[in-house]
Amino acid sequence: MNSTKIDYILHLADNALILGQRNSEWCGHGPILEQDIAITNISLDLIGQSRSFYQYAAQLINEAYKLQETKAPPAEGFGEATEDSLAYLRTEREFKNCLLVEQLNGDWAQTMLRQFLFSCYQFYLYKYLQSNPDKTIAAIAEKSLKEVSYHLRWSSEWIIRLGDGTEESRNRMMTAIDELWRYSGELFIAAPYEIELNIDLASLKTEWDNKVKAVMEEATLPVPEKVFMQTGGKTGTHTEQLGYILSDLQYMQRAYPGCEW
Amino acid sequence: MSFGVRLLYYGDIPEEKGGGKTDAKSSGHDWPLWEVFIRSKNGLDHKHAGSLHAADAQMAIENARDVYTRRMEGVSIWVVESKYITASNPEEAGELYEPAVDKIYRHPTFYNLPDEVNYM
Repeated sequence: MNSTKIDYILHLADNALILGQRNSEWCGHGPILEQDIAITNISLDLIGQSRSFYQYAAQLINEAYKLQETKAPPAEGFGEATEDSLAYLRTEREFKNCLLVEQLNGDWAQTMLRQFLFSCYQFYLYKYLQSNPDKTIAAIAEKSLKEVSYHLRWSSEWIIRLGDGTEESRNRMMTAIDELWRYSGELFIAAPYEIELNIDLASLKTEWDNKVKAVMEEATLPVPEKVFMQTGGKTGTHTEQLGYILSDLQYMQRAYPGCEW
Repeated sequence: MSFGVRLLYYGDIPEEKGGGKTDAKSSGHDWPLWEVFIRSKNGLDHKHAGSLHAADAQMAIENARDVYTRRMEGVSIWVVESKYITASNPEEAGELYEPAVDKIYRHPTFYNLPDEVNYM
């Protein structure tokens, strides 16, 4: 039975799609042209990754449906599950992304910190998934790792630049840490599907901790301790932010089912 | 006769006429301007692709990667801060380039090639 695996793949896809959608809000609003292009490039990388995962999830959902193992999700206007039906026709409660990626862009510091914390997680996760017994997951992870390596490098440099920059940039980073740190713990708290698939989040956390500490130290920023961690996103209990993203993202397909352009 | 040496960059337009300005007023921030050179594939030379703003060399490379190689344009990037490029003065174009105009004998077009040489 594949439903656990389908849930996990949707979790990976949702993480990438929602952060991609968030970053894309910077398009045309970046602080300078060059960084506007950089952040929207990252957006496109992430949306590309989510497509690969959605396509694979759709394939597994349709196969399971044919074997009568599961009921395909509502796919009005699509016939069967597709990458589009999965992105456009699921509700908030069905989205399995972690809370971190749905948080508001805020200022540049906040967007950079969100990207850094998440890219760092994605970097070690994809490295780990490269040896997943599922060949498709392993292949998507391998392909995406190159993109994520760059995202991590790029966002790390911004953390250092802002943290160790002017008084203003440092204050903004401190505010970003206050705002976002509480969502970082969820990355390593296993959801039922991660437990069932034996995803080794504990060793990912060690690697993540070391890298984040090293970069924050270079940026002369404190690493918060003993922060209460918000959870729920992985199992569909989101912050208020996700609904707004989905209403933007899904509006066209909801208003004009099956529309193409 | 005396020659004035002036530093020019960014399309050879003198600074006072609006070329190569890097000050905060014109660009909205105070990052220096960098010239970007891209090698499109191994074996070819780096060609000037354009310019961009960046705070330091590393950021210039990354910005260049994002701005100029998104569509597989390159395999190698050079960046150099625009202020380090010395350009010829367009006002001296006459004395610099025009003397070459009537020296057609400097082109190797007056040799008779043997028939065996096909591709020259």
